[in-house]
This record gives sequence, structure tokens and C-alpha cells, in this order.
Amino acid sequence: MDSLVEISRMQFAFTALVHFVFVPLTLGLSFLLVIMETVYVITGNKIYRSMTQFWGKLFGINFAMGVATGLTMEFQFGTNWAYYSHYVGDIFGVPLAIEGMMAFFLESTFVGLFFVGWKRLSKYQHLLVTFLVALGSNMSALWILIANGWMQNPVGAAFNAETMRMELTNFSDLLFNPVAQSKFVHTVSAGYVTGSVFVLAISAWYLLKGRHIEFAKRSFAIAAGFGLAGIASAIVLGDESGYTIGDVQKAKMAAIEAEWETQPAPASFTLIGLPDQDTMQTRYAIQIPYALGLIATRSIDEPVEGLKEIITRNTARIKDGIIAYGALQQMHKGQKDAATIALLKAHENNLGYALLLRKYTPNVVDATDAQIHEAAMHSVPRVAPLFFTFRIMVASGFTLLLLFVLAAWAVYKNNFMDKPWLLRMALWSLPLPWLAAELGWFVAEYGRQPWTISGILPTWLSTSSLTAGSVTASFIAFVLFYSALSVGEMYLMIKYARKGPALLNAH
Amino acid sequence: MFDYETLKLIWWALVGILLIGFALTDGFDLGVGALLRIVGKNDEERRVIINCVGPTWDGNQVWLILGAGAVFAAWPVVYAVSFSVLYPAMLAALFALFFRPTGFEYRSKLTSLQWRGFWDWALTAGGALPAIVFGAAFGLMLTGIPFHFDAEMRVVMDGGILDTLSPFAILAGLVSLTMLMMHGAAFLNVKTRAAVQTQARQALRFAAIAFIALFALAGYWVIYHLQGYHIATIGNMNAGLAPTDKHVVMAVGAWMQNFYDMPWMWIAPAMGFAGALAAIMLAALPVTAFLTTGISVTGVVLTAGFALFPFMLPSSSLADHSLTVWDASSSEHSLGLMLIAAAIFVPLILAYTTWVYRVLRGPVLVEDVRRDEYGMY
Repeated sequence: MDSLVEISRMQFAFTALVHFVFVPLTLGLSFLLVIMETVYVITGNKIYRSMTQFWGKLFGINFAMGVATGLTMEFQFGTNWAYYSHYVGDIFGVPLAIEGMMAFFLESTFVGLFFVGWKRLSKYQHLLVTFLVALGSNMSALWILIANGWMQNPVGAAFNAETMRMELTNFSDLLFNPVAQSKFVHTVSAGYVTGSVFVLAISAWYLLKGRHIEFAKRSFAIAAGFGLAGIASAIVLGDESGYTIGDVQKAKMAAIEAEWETQPAPASFTLIGLPDQDTMQTRYAIQIPYALGLIATRSIDEPVEGLKEIITRNTARIKDGIIAYGALQQMHKGQKDAATIALLKAHENNLGYALLLRKYTPNVVDATDAQIHEAAMHSVPRVAPLFFTFRIMVASGFTLLLLFVLAAWAVYKNNFMDKPWLLRMALWSLPLPWLAAELGWFVAEYGRQPWTISGILPTWLSTSSLTAGSVTASFIAFVLFYSALSVGEMYLMIKYARKGPALLNAH
Repeated sequence: MFDYETLKLIWWALVGILLIGFALTDGFDLGVGALLRIVGKNDEERRVIINCVGPTWDGNQVWLILGAGAVFAAWPVVYAVSFSVLYPAMLAALFALFFRPTGFEYRSKLTSLQWRGFWDWALTAGGALPAIVFGAAFGLMLTGIPFHFDAEMRVVMDGGILDTLSPFAILAGLVSLTMLMMHGAAFLNVKTRAAVQTQARQALRFAAIAFIALFALAGYWVIYHLQGYHIATIGNMNAGLAPTDKHVVMAVGAWMQNFYDMPWMWIAPAMGFAGALAAIMLAALPVTAFLTTGISVTGVVLTAGFALFPFMLPSSSLADHSLTVWDASSSEHSLGLMLIAAAIFVPLILAYTTWVYRVLRGPVLVEDVRRDEYGMY
């Protein structure tokens, strides 16, 4: 079972991270196309139409891979995570279904018209089509992140012993989940940054080569402005603000910060160090006083909980959950009297914590103290991977902030043409938004461990009843398919980017 | 608004509508993919064919995505069991589906004939394989698949991963393939002219004849050989039920019971046959022929749905654990909410999809793809 869970997790991580290579560019580039085309419609200057068409070509090459890899995400909950799908589908499925109806249909129906509709539509109609594609893709992100936000902070749901699953009780809680809201803003902002860096870097390359100057200058300027807004929003509204809500989010936060002990308020921020899970210490730590308290609680008098305290509390929750688990077992044996039902109800909130024990013993009700201790120690994520990836993400973000401040300033001064170092910096920054986005997802999802649904369903119990062998086989197939398709995609992308807007003259 | 039992029924109808929407729209995209190398004799003809569906197939595919999403949300346990127990088939369909977004977008972006030749095969697989797998999935709904639940409602597979491959499932896969090739050919018959149209018309007639024969064979099999399922006793259908709390009996021909009880249901298989027959005879009237293949496709999906009702996924190893519309649905709250969402968005979707097709009306000609090397798919 261990290896099945591990290989299923690896497959999910791989397919989700590959999907998210293509998604942020779609999110950002679609709005950049709207901006360029709006300028064309207002000014009538044809160069902005060429820009929309050329960047639109690159958008299309990327979009196809986003669609292909996105299909996997929908299939995968059912194929590899069947128990998860049964256990929370009543809630988790709702935002996914609404996403299809409200967003994905919009995006997919109009994207074809964006490419072939230039001659069939008036310029206002075409702009509307472009806008609807951008709107669709961004609303798609909203609903997906509402679903994901619920995994991090499951609100508005209750356990139903009759159907053995979680069921939706309050839709507006699900919809206005603060974790989902901050994740949405952070994620789409990261997408706007990605789109902007993409346009900025390729335009800078044209400028360095002295090609397509008028075209590249205008593209550079638009990307610099949009990117500055995006990176400011991504940093200021970083979804760390959502990490103070809910116990599992707090554990994630403590792990990111390597906060072993609860510090007196205001907590200091560990800039860098070497976290050690076994001894629960961070060696060689360099700390900045007050900073963590400010970042995490937006105040100077609230403490930030440390991992040791969280583990102590989780131990109590596991013990309490065992009572609920015992009551549920009695009900499965047919003892459905009022007392048993009331007992389950009273301890239901901690049922998920009792399920953590299933990894360590088949017989939860008679779990030993040692087993409870082990489950509690593993009820928080591993610190070191989160500690480092988070810091690399933040460093990438601040580097991009610097880039966009410089670029926007140079655009304002209209002298970026004379700053080859800035153009080179833009070009070499091309991988940074992807690095930050991938690491951001790693932090969010690895930091949720050992849960798929925080506090409710452990990852260890969420899989399908498959053999590790068949998941390994499909994993290998995914790697082969994705690698081959990505090579094709990259080849076309580079070839078309090299051709530049000249390819439009073939009309 | 509605009681729980009615809501369950409404969602059965709604998912049915989504599946019909998928079969009608993306169905012809799949059929066109499968026919790409048969109807298109050279690179230019194939490019014409690709451009017939290129701008719209992506929107059509959302019927599939939404269909699967609706199954996830409305019947989570059906989604969980079907996708995990039919693991190899689902992944085969998925991998084949990868070739469509990439194939339509990438194929004509380079002029190399090897590149284009590769993508032509990829698009063929991307059309034919999913058509077969989705048909086979319907076949397996009729035969039942081997699974049961433990006390925690975890699915347990009874049998190996390849035990699900049955002759009837393969037959159902072929029914689906020929049906969608017929529908795809009828679409090309509308959207093309000259040589491509002649070839499409020929393919339409061949596919329709094969479909009629296979659909009849499948019907014969269901009536005289296949074990059907029937609910003997079940709890309160207006409550939240576990799929394990009922008694189901199996008997040859049981799938016909609904048709005997409600004879109006015979209209569904009649549509399946009559639509295909009409398409053969009216192939020279492209729009009419396309409408009749649409009728045929709708009839076939309805036939399967009517036969199965209220079953969605019968268990062949422990029939009592079969999944039905009464005991595999989401909670009343979720179903009600999504019904409101569907009532708002499905009409909107139909409206803007119609507008897009109106904008793109008219045939795709060889001269078009010759003239506009970079503007088309």
C-alpha cells in the first residue's frame, strides 16, 4: 500500500506540475492579448493588431498543451484517487462542474474564433472574443482554486455516516473560503507575471538583435507595465495571508518558517538556516526580529504557533478521534442507536485525525501510545523541503520585482533601448516565473501533507484500489507522452519566436 | 423546490443531456479524426478536413469534460468506480485524447511531410480510440463490472485489470466507432465540396451500413444473451442511501424490462436505426443527412440509458452493490445547487456556441487553405 500511495503521489505531482507549466502563460498572455487588441481598436494602429496576432500564435502553441495536460487532471481524481473522489466528491465536484459550465466552455468555444475569426468579425466583435477567452481562462482558475482551497481549508461540509462520505452543507462558505480567495489572487497574479516575462524576454531578444524594433518596443512597454502590476499583486497579496486560517495551514506555515517552538509575539523570521526534523531545531539560523509576526499575523501581538505545540494538539485530536472511529465501527456492525450516533457526532470533528492511525495500525480503536505518537509526529509536513523551496520562490519573486521596476522605469524614461544590460536581464529572467510557480505549488501541496483534505482525509487513504505496478506503468507512459509532446511544443515555440512577426506577412 | 428523489431523476436526465451533447458535437470531431486518412487522400485534402473542425472541436470537447465533471459532482462514487476499475481503458482514451489539441494546433505549423504524416496518424488515433473506449464503457455498463465495496465504502476490484475486456464491450466499442464515423462523415459532407465531399459521402454510406448491422447485433445480444439487472428491493429512494443497501437480481433479457413496461421507449432504438437509414438515402442532401445522423446518435445514447435505468454501473461480482441513480447520487444540497448553475449556464452555452457556428458557417475549400498558409489550422 505504501508504494501505491507513493507512486500515485508522484504521478499526481508530475502531471500537475507539467500542467502548470502551460497554465500561467495562458492566464497572463490572454490578458496581454486583450490589452494589445484594445490599443489596436482604440488607435487603429495596425501594429497592435500584428502584435495580437503574433503573440496569439505563441499563445495557441502553449494553449494546446494546457488543454492536453488539463484532461489528465480531470481523469486522475477518478483513476488514481477513487476513495478521495467518493469521500469528498459531493463537495469537491461542485466547483469543478461549475468551472466547466461557467469558464471552460467559454474559453474553449471562443479560442478557435480568436485564431480564425479576424476576417469574419468586426474589430469590436473580435476584441470581445479575445476578452471572453481571457475571462474564461481566469474564471477557470477561480473555480479550480475554490476546489483546491477547500482541500487546504475544508469549510461548509459535514460527515454523513449513512453514505460514508463528506457532504456539502454551506455553499457560500465553500465559495468565500478565505484561503481560496487569497490563492486565486496570488495564482492569477503569478500568471500575469509569467505572461509578462514571456513577452518582455522575447521582445528584449529582438531588441538585442536589432530586429522588429517598432514591434518589440511596444510589446516590451506593455509587458513591463502589466508585469509590474502583476508582481506587486503576487508579492503583496501572497497567499501566506491564508496560512493563519485552519490548523493544517498553520502547520504548513510553521514548517515553511521552521518554527519548532511557539515564539513570544512578535515572532522573528528565519531568513536562512538548516532545519533538522529529528532534533526539531534549525541550525545556523539567521533571524530578523519581528518580521514573521508581521508577515503571518499582520500584527505585533499575536503569537505564531510552533510545530511542537501543533503536534501536542494533534495528539489530543487523534485520541479524541478514536472515539468517533469506534462509534462509526459500531454503526457499520448495525448498532445504529441514538447513543452511538450522538457519540459519533460529538467527536466527528476529529474523525480524520483517527484516520491518520490507519497507516500505522489496522486496528485504530486499540492503537498503542507509540502508534499515536508516531501518527502525531507525522501529522505535520517535513520542514526542510518546504523551508528551502519557499525561500527560492520568494527570491525569484523579488528578482522579478526588481526586473519590472527597472523595466517600467526605463519605459517611462523611454530609454530601455539604450540599456542592453536591462534587455539581457529581461532575457535571462525568462525561467524565473516558472520556477516560482512550480515551487509555489510544491509548497502549497507538499505543505498540506499528510492530508489530501486537511484534517479530514489522510493522503494514505485516498488512493484507488490499484496495484503499484499498474500505476508505475501509467506513470512511465505519462513521462514518455509528456516529454515527447513537450519537445514538439518547445520546438515550435522557439521556431515561431525566432521567425518573429515576419511570419504574419505570409498572409 | 424538488424533493430529493425528483432531483436524482433530474440529474440523471441532465447527465444524459450532457452525454448526448458530447456525442452530437464532439462525436463528429472524433469521427472526423478517425476518417482523416480515409476521406483525405492527400495533404491538402487532410488540411481541409482539419479546418472543418479545427476552430470548434475544442469547445465541443468541453461537453466531455463537463460530462465527466458532472458525473464526478452528481455521482461521485460512479466516477470513482468507473475511472479506477476501467483503469487501462480510461488511460488509453486519455493518451489518445492528448493528440487532438496538439495535433490540430501543431500539424500544419511545419511544412515537413513527415511531421504532418505523424500528426495525421496521431489525429486518427485521437479520434478512433476514444470513440471505441467510450462505446466499450457503455458496453461494460450493460454487462456490469466486477467490484464491491468494503464497510468504509472503498471500492474493491474483484478480478484482474484485464478481466473487464469482454466481447460485448468490444462490440459496443465498434457500434460507437461506426456511429461516430457516420456522424463525422455527415459533418464533412456539409462542410466540404468537390472531391473531399464525394469521398465523405461514400464514407457516410459505408459507416452507416456497418453501424446498422452492429447496432442490430448488439440489440440481439442484449435481448437474448446478456444478463441484465433488476432491483428487487431498495430502501427509501427519497433519502440518502448507501449503494450497499438493496437487493438486485440478474436475468437474461432484464435490460428489456423498461421497454416492455414503457413501450414509448422503443422510439429510442427506432431513432438509432431510422436516422442511419435516412442518412444513407439522403446523403446527397448534406444538411438533412447530418440532421438524421444526429437523430441516430441521440437515439443510440437514449437506448443505452433507457435500458440501464435506474442502473448506472452494475456490479457483476456482487449485484447488490450495483450503483443506481437512487443510491449513488450526491447530497440533495449539492444536486440542487448544481441544478441552479446548470439552469443558468447551459442555455448561455447553447446560445454562444450557436453564434460561433453561425460565424463559421460555410464550406472549407482547398483554395482557402492554399491561400492562407498561416491563418488556418
